[in-house]
Parts: sequence; C-alpha cells; structure tokens
Amino acid sequence: MKLTKDVNELMEIARRMRVDILTMIHAAGSGHPGGSLSAIDMLVALYCGAMDHGPERKKRDRRDKFVLSKGHGAPALYAVLAECGYFGREHLKTLRQYESILSGHPYAPSTPGVEITTGSLGQGLSQANGLALANRLDGQDTFVYAMMGDGETQEGQIWEAAMTAAHYKLGNLIAFLDNNELQIDGFVCDVMGIEPIGKKWEAFGWHVQQIDGHDFGQIFNAIDNAKKVTDKPSLIWARTVKGKGVSFMERLAKWHGTAPSTDELNKALAELGEKP
Amino acid sequence: MAEMLALRDYYGKTVAELGKTNKDIVVLDADLSGSTRTSTFAKAFPERFFNMGVAEQDMIGTAAGLAAGGKIPFASTFAIFASGRAWEQVRQAVGYPHQNVKIIATHGGITVGPDGPSHQAGEDIALMRAIPGLTVIMPADAHETAAAVRWAAGYVGPVYIRLTRDKFPVVFNDSKTFTPGKGEHLKKGTDVTFIACGLMTSIALEAAALLEKEGVLAGVVNMASIKPIDHELIVRVAAESGALVAAEEHSIIGGLGSAVTEVVAENNPVPVIRVGIQDDYISSGAPEELLDACGFTAAGLADAARRAVQLKKQAASR
Repeated sequence: MKLTKDVNELMEIARRMRVDILTMIHAAGSGHPGGSLSAIDMLVALYCGAMDHGPERKKRDRRDKFVLSKGHGAPALYAVLAECGYFGREHLKTLRQYESILSGHPYAPSTPGVEITTGSLGQGLSQANGLALANRLDGQDTFVYAMMGDGETQEGQIWEAAMTAAHYKLGNLIAFLDNNELQIDGFVCDVMGIEPIGKKWEAFGWHVQQIDGHDFGQIFNAIDNAKKVTDKPSLIWARTVKGKGVSFMERLAKWHGTAPSTDELNKALAELGEKP
Repeated sequence: MAEMLALRDYYGKTVAELGKTNKDIVVLDADLSGSTRTSTFAKAFPERFFNMGVAEQDMIGTAAGLAAGGKIPFASTFAIFASGRAWEQVRQAVGYPHQNVKIIATHGGITVGPDGPSHQAGEDIALMRAIPGLTVIMPADAHETAAAVRWAAGYVGPVYIRLTRDKFPVVFNDSKTFTPGKGEHLKKGTDVTFIACGLMTSIALEAAALLEKEGVLAGVVNMASIKPIDHELIVRVAAESGALVAAEEHSIIGGLGSAVTEVVAENNPVPVIRVGIQDDYISSGAPEELLDACGFTAAGLADAARRAVQLKKQAASR
C-alpha cells in the first residue's frame, strides 16, 4: 500500500500515543495499560496508515471500519481517534469519568469514531462479521478490521465467529490477534492454554500470518497480503509484548489493569523521552 | 370456536412480505429456520438470509454488526436460546448501544409441550425486560404478530417479540395495528380485570364469559407491549374494577405479572393475582395437558378472578 507517512513518523506517533495512554490512565486512576501498549503500534498502523477512514465521513459513507474486540484496550483506541481528529485531545483526560464521551470500554453512541461497542470479551469478532456482511451486501470494496486479545480467544463465541467468517468467505475481514501472552491472572499458557494458535485458526478456515506486532514493516506487509486473500478471512497473528515501551511494565500481568502512580507515570514518560 | 392460527406462520409471511420492499431487511437464524418460519424469507431472498448454525451468541453478535452496517436484521431462534443462551450478547451488543436488531423468538412458554422443560422458556420475558432500552412484546394472536413485526421493521431500535409453536385462537383481524406502550381494553368489567398477553388473552376472554354467567363482571385488557407497559391503562382499570388478574404463559417472576404489580403498587394498590408458571419447571406433555396442569384455562383464570374479588372484599371490610 502507499503510505502518506514513513515508518519514522509512525514510530513517533506511536511514542506520543504511549504517552497519551499512560497519561489518561493515570488521570483516570484505573484502566488497562498493558494491553493498550501491546496494541498501540498496530492501531497506529491502521488508523494512520492502512485504513481508509476519517472523521468527515458520515454514518453510511463508504469507509474501512475497525472493531476493538479486546475492549479494555480502549485508551489505545481513544488515543488514535483523537490523533485522527475524531474528537479534541482535551477529552483524553476525561477517560472513565462520569458523563465523559470516553467510557471505560468503547461505547459507539458516545464516542465519535467508535464503530462497535465492546468490553465484554469475545463479542467483537461476531460484530465485525456483521459489518463485513453488510458491506458485501452493499457492494462496498472496503475492509473491516478487528483486534482480539489472546486471552479473549478463550471465549467460545470467538470460535463461533471464526466459523462464520470462514463459512461466509469474508475476504473483507482482517483480524489481528494481540498475542501478548498475558491475561489478568497470569500467563495465558498457565491460565488456559490457547496453543496451537496458528493451526487452530487455519483449521477454522482462516488465512494466517505471524508477525512481530511492533514492527511497522511487518504489520503493513501482512495487511497487504491479507487484502489479496479474497475467499477467506485473514488472521494477523501478532506476537507482542504486554506493556511494550515501558521497561517496568513489560511482560508483567500486574500491568493488565493497574493505573500508574504519579511517580510511575513520570518514570514511564521519561523512558518515552517525554518531559514531565 | 375461534379460528386457530400459528403466530410463527404469520411472522414468516410478514417478514418475507416486508423484505420485498425494504431491501435493508436481513434475516438470521440458528439452524431452526423451518421451525421459526424464517425459511419463507430464506427462499425468497437467499442473499439476505444468514443461517448461523447452532450458535445463538454469534447470531446475535452478527445481527448487531449488520445493524451497525445499516441493515435491519431479524434474528430468530427458540425463545429459550434467544433470551437465555444469548442474554449477554443481547445486553452488550444490542441493548446497550441501542442497536437496530429485531429478535423474534418462537417456541416460548409451555405450549412447546413434548420437548420438555429444556425447551420451555418461562423466563425469557423477565430476562429481556430487565435490559434497558428493549421493547418487549408478546402478541395475543397471529394478526397481532403480523402487526408487531410490521411495527418493529419501521422502528429504529432493539425489539424482542415472543411467539409460540402452537396455533392460538384468533382474537383480532388483519387490520390490527401495534403501538408500543398501549394495551387494549377489550372488555370492560367493574368487579375484576384480566390483564393478559399471548395465549392468555383469548383464555381471559373465555374466563370473563364464564364469570359473567355467575354475575361477576370481569374486564379484559390485552397487553402485548410488556415493555414499555401501558401505565395509564393499568391504573385506570385498577381504579375501575379494584382487583386485577395478570395472566401470562411465563413465570410469575419477572414477566407481565411483575410489570403490572409494579405499576399498581406504585400508583394505585389493589389486589393482583398473578397467573403464570409457578416458579417451576413443568414437564413434557401435550400442550393441552400442560395448560391444564398450570391452570391456564378459562376455569383456572375464572378461579383466579374469584380470588382477586375475594381479596378486594376483605380489604374493603378491614
């Protein structure tokens, strides 16, 4: 695909998004930094590169759509939506507050740019399928993107939806699996193993690619490949690091759903090259 | 003897008819399209029909996605699965974002009969009524079913319509319309009033005729719109007759009986007898046997009415 931004620019956006994610979760006093940081590079690649979208589009306009099935990654989604101009950056500090447009988990009716309401795990892929079917009925050549967490694929509904996407040959659906290997209670492999990931999705009829979910080149390459597969849905199996970008948050289940203290925030921002 | 028609037949016909003019209508089913009668639509518009297999949670989620994509999905399966298996999907993906999904559930209540309690939804109205923003409807007959389905197609928002397997006596005619939040005062009565929905409306009319012979003047209200409910009409008939019987082919917990009791308790307390499934699993059996066992008969309803009148008299003499 032709990109309007080069990789260095995207990395700089992702760095700023990490700052936004941590700052807003700190301000809220609660939220999910670990999975937001593992997902943010892919979200930047989608919203600032791969997706044909924009706040000027009206509800039924032709556009690519994204479903954050792992809804607890909301801070990452809100950061890129603000970056793309769906709402003012001043809203970010209202995350999780009473009557904020930024609910604890994505809520489409209140947040410009959020296509699908999520938060209860396992439900986003079915809805992405529905969007993809609607686009196909309307003869649209657009894509529907979704992102699941790895722990989330323990939900049975994910596999119902996986069957549906293959059965209806949803070549216009590209789903990311944010495989950061951790969930609230610990390592995914200890809590409830989901391996073999690639073989499972292939057996369900999906086109599967494994990538490093923090490498923009690999992310765009995988999207390009996925778009060429028109007779089956695509899974981009992204190996990621939970808490990526903040040394003391990386690979620790503790940071799944804990807000940083002021000291921790300052330390994290310093690591990200941001002046406090 | 009134003409008998199956509600689900009229659902199937009506949604297929609507599909001719409204190209946004799509239909989903979970491997029960023959039973729910969505097969009629499937034959007419195969490209707009999606069989989701035996996967009700995914069906509701997919319907929500189709609605988000501008379609008007009608999703059907048996009431126990639509409301029970997929409850959280209805709550999260349909109710919470006020998605334009129409859930048309068939085989509700005990009249599904021989399949037994595993398939007899006696809790679906309670489950659906608890979800904010859902309109919950239990039509009395085939004509009211067609009217409710037509209304649902034109309304933007989530709807749950509960139908049944068996044929029910016809109460209305084909000019019937449906208005949410409005009940119909079919018969006036100064001693007691039945507030009924589904099959119980026709049985309540029979019961009122029985009671009239013994000089008890019983009114009958059809209350297909369980949510929103017609507060004004309930308060009025409570005032006019001073005693109520709420009757439904559903548990006495959480359905029409609860809704009526809530309105009466907060506005105009009068005795209310709830006729419904008595917090139990019933049994396999022929529908008539089960109706009889649950007291869902003209005699059973008349008896409940006499108890309500008795309570009213006791309260007056206190």
